[in-house]
Amino acid sequence: MADPMKIRAAMKGDVCEIRVLMSHAMETGMRKDSDGKTIPAHFIQTLTVALNGKAVVSGQAAPSVSRNPVFGFKVKGAKSGDKVTVSWVDNKGDKRSDEATVA
Amino acid sequence: MDHSPQKRMLVGALSTLGALGALTFSASALAQEIDHAKAAIEFEKFRAEMEDSNPSELFELKGEELWKAKRGPKNVSLAESCDLGQGIGKIEGAYVQMPRYFADADAVMDAERRIVWCMVEKQGFKFDDIAKKPFATDTFTPDATNLVTYVAAHSKNMKIAVPLKDPKVKEAWEIGKEMAAYRAGPYDFSCNTCHGTDGKRIRMQDLPNLATAAGAIKGVQGWPGYRMTGGIQLTHQWRMTDCFRQQRFPAPKYTSDAIAYLLTYMIGNANGQVYKGPGIKR
Ligand code: HEC
Repeated sequence: MADPMKIRAAMKGDVCEIRVLMSHAMETGMRKDSDGKTIPAHFIQTLTVALNGKAVVSGQAAPSVSRNPVFGFKVKGAKSGDKVTVSWVDNKGDKRSDEATVA
Repeated sequence: MDHSPQKRMLVGALSTLGALGALTFSASALAQEIDHAKAAIEFEKFRAEMEDSNPSELFELKGEELWKAKRGPKNVSLAESCDLGQGIGKIEGAYVQMPRYFADADAVMDAERRIVWCMVEKQGFKFDDIAKKPFATDTFTPDATNLVTYVAAHSKNMKIAVPLKDPKVKEAWEIGKEMAAYRAGPYDFSCNTCHGTDGKRIRMQDLPNLATAAGAIKGVQGWPGYRMTGGIQLTHQWRMTDCFRQQRFPAPKYTSDAIAYLLTYMIGNANGQVYKGPGIKR
């Protein structure tokens, strides 16, 4: 199973700033290992952010994003105490979902 | 969506460095020094920005799991068996008070050495298995690395306090000092050749003068740390081993006396200054 994310969410004025740190190899499929064999592509393909269960961000990621990536989002209409859920699915079908509370 | 701020900022930093590079072609040697200082400051700003969402935290999370889980042939957790100098299972402030002397092992131990000792003595893991792959690669992070990161995070914003009053620790410091000055190998290098004077650098990397308090803290800050080059988590033990390589010395044994002595010297020289926790490196 994939490793947990680290999510921070805090109100700054009337905007909720969300920062997500994901643990993922993000292999491009272009690299070769020491034996010259291509390392298969393995990367996060879709990600969503939900606020109290309602999707507020949905997006696609690509192999050009770095290993262990950091994403930042600004969301309006949130308040402290709301529940933020971040989820991703990678190209091998592996997935992960984690939660945080807006500070 | 705000795509990987890491990438965006890196492009910013690289173009800044690129512009400085172009300038120095036409400039005097003196101006080059000034531009280098500027570039170093710019890079430091970039690094500090990254620290805000530091991937070290991912390794800290894994380390926490490992610390609390019952593991190894003896099926015990480190939380219920490992004493890092503050009592069994206590990690608050432990990292900044190591290296220290441990009577049960009759040795001066830095944090990683002590954790590995606990994994072997308390959990029953085999040292040789751990030492086979002691440092992270891009597809593998050793348990000890995750554990050190977790422990180090619990010394964040605390003052470094290596117990140099303890005669055993003081002795280790003295040996470490000798080692730093010991010249040998094909280039007759010592640590001090590269790290014993102020203002030296190799390419863009400033080399801290480890004999001074100001230099020593630079050698402590940010370790264990996430290296942006390669995206892997590395420890102080790795840094020492890699500098042995740069010095063209044979590789030191993982968690050996030699490394503990050097770390005692270096971290001891940084005593009294605030450790900022696991960091991020270029
Ligand atoms: C040939 C020159 C050379 C020698 C000899 C050498 N180092 Fe280094 N050292 C470097 C370079 C280059 C770096 C990397 C700086 C960077 O990547 O930013 C470095 C980095 C370090 C750091 C990390 C500094 C930081 O900013 O985090 C420490 C600590 C260190 N060396 C200690 C030692 C010790 C102890 C020895 C002796 C065993 C030693 N070095 C020998 C060149 C050397």
